[in-house]
Amino acid sequence: MRGLRKSFGDLEVVGGVDLEVASGECFGLLGPNGAGKTTTLKLCLGLADPDAGEIELLGEPVPRRAREARARVGVVPQFDSLDPDFTVAENLLVFGRYFGISQREMASRIPALLEFAGLSARGEARINTLSGGMKRRLTLARALVNDPQLIVMDEPTTGLDPQARHLIWERLRQLTQQGKTLVLTTHFMEEAERLCQRLAIMDHGRIIAQGSPRSLIAEHTERQVVEVHGPGVEDWMAQAKRLAPRVERVGDTVFCYAEDVASILKDLSAKSDLTYLHRAASLEDVFLKLTGRDLRD
Amino acid sequence: MARRNYFAPPSLSLRWIAVWRRNALVWQKLAIPSILGNLADPLIMLFGLGYGLGAMVGQMQGTSYFAFLAAGFVATSSMYAATFEALYSAFSRMHVQRTWEAIVNAPVTLDDVLAGEYAWAATKALSAGACMLIIVAAFGYAQFPHGLAALPVILLIGLAFSGMGLAINALARGYDFFSYYMTLVLTPMMMLSGVFFPLEQMPAAVQAGAKVLPLYHGVALVRPLLSGQMPPALLLHVCVLAAYAAGGFYLATVLTRRRLLK
Repeated sequence: MRGLRKSFGDLEVVGGVDLEVASGECFGLLGPNGAGKTTTLKLCLGLADPDAGEIELLGEPVPRRAREARARVGVVPQFDSLDPDFTVAENLLVFGRYFGISQREMASRIPALLEFAGLSARGEARINTLSGGMKRRLTLARALVNDPQLIVMDEPTTGLDPQARHLIWERLRQLTQQGKTLVLTTHFMEEAERLCQRLAIMDHGRIIAQGSPRSLIAEHTERQVVEVHGPGVEDWMAQAKRLAPRVERVGDTVFCYAEDVASILKDLSAKSDLTYLHRAASLEDVFLKLTGRDLRD
Repeated sequence: MARRNYFAPPSLSLRWIAVWRRNALVWQKLAIPSILGNLADPLIMLFGLGYGLGAMVGQMQGTSYFAFLAAGFVATSSMYAATFEALYSAFSRMHVQRTWEAIVNAPVTLDDVLAGEYAWAATKALSAGACMLIIVAAFGYAQFPHGLAALPVILLIGLAFSGMGLAINALARGYDFFSYYMTLVLTPMMMLSGVFFPLEQMPAAVQAGAKVLPLYHGVALVRPLLSGQMPPALLLHVCVLAAYAAGGFYLATVLTRRRLLK
């Protein structure tokens, strides 16, 4: 997509986005709530019309030939939209019909899809008896009914517990290994770091950084972080600013970012009124540096 | 890139059938309670008023009051079945369950989804009207073969009210909104369409106004057919109903695009 723009009234939700996703890669779109991630995906699928810009989805111009393009795409929407009136297997069967897949063809595909979702024993179960993780896996299996080349996922693991999340990640890796292209939005940095070969960080409708997780960390933040808190933190601030090239204070915690933190750690070890945590910089630090620490509601 | 024109004619594919079949599969599971629910209300009204009031009224326009009322109720049951499906059920699928949202991720357009819903609501109207017709016939108040010609009329009434209902659905914020349409539009329409009494009882101005109502034209077709006659001004009544069916669907398409394709 090139030069993509979209406004709702006076509010510009997507303001000039250029993105390219290569075949076979897992691409992550990161951003705080309201950054324009979901709208970007909707535009890309032809479910909303851009005010400006060009979109090509699997070689088809969108929105003009969005229907043809969507025939080869699987979508995992942000909100649960499974059909509560149907069983697990019926959900897959009925969804297959929207792609023009016959009942007989679906009958042969359903067992493999259920196995992929870890729901082989639950084919006849009703949707409201499933846990959140099962529903999410079924939604993922539903996105695969047409054996898509590209799978688009809007926050695939939001609201799941760690066990359920790890299982989804494992399944997504399987899909990448099968050569599928994955595009996902998330605000879990850990998820992005683990799954995605390439990321774009989006805020206020614009892409503010792009690259592999490692290169983003190397490019945008110092390598080490020391988080300090305790009653003496107020007095220690001045010292911190001398020792670290970048210092941020959030409430009672001071974040010191530096390439080499030996001098900071040495200084801290002599302070009994401060507790500290030393760690390597992560994608989350990049994210917070680029998008700020203000709450987004 | 030009913005989508909300007023463009519906762009449809045969995928609407998959949407229709989705609703049909749900209905299969609940068919019997659904039919009973659709029929109980009009049947109680019909038998209560038909026998109770009928005993006092006696003849109406040359037939028994029960026969007069029965024809009105066949048309009305189609109106209500289509309306309930296009309002409450469609709203659940559009807004509450996000079913439409899931479907448009497949190679199915919003116009296809609406066409499927439109056809489905009309199908339910046809089945409700047909059940009424069978019951009325069982009591000897329908003449055949003319009575069979009431079936396409029932379907046409269903299409007219499906289109209108889906247009109202596109404007709704919640289920409460529908009670305005039911009480302010449908109930007066039922009073003014010759269901309970001939429209000729009304002042001339009201009569003229009532003749734009789709139910009036539906009743004007069904009543003669059930008594074994060809309806006078047949083509006019069919054309008015067809115009409501087409216009309602078009309006529903425009309003739903405006609501969902932002």
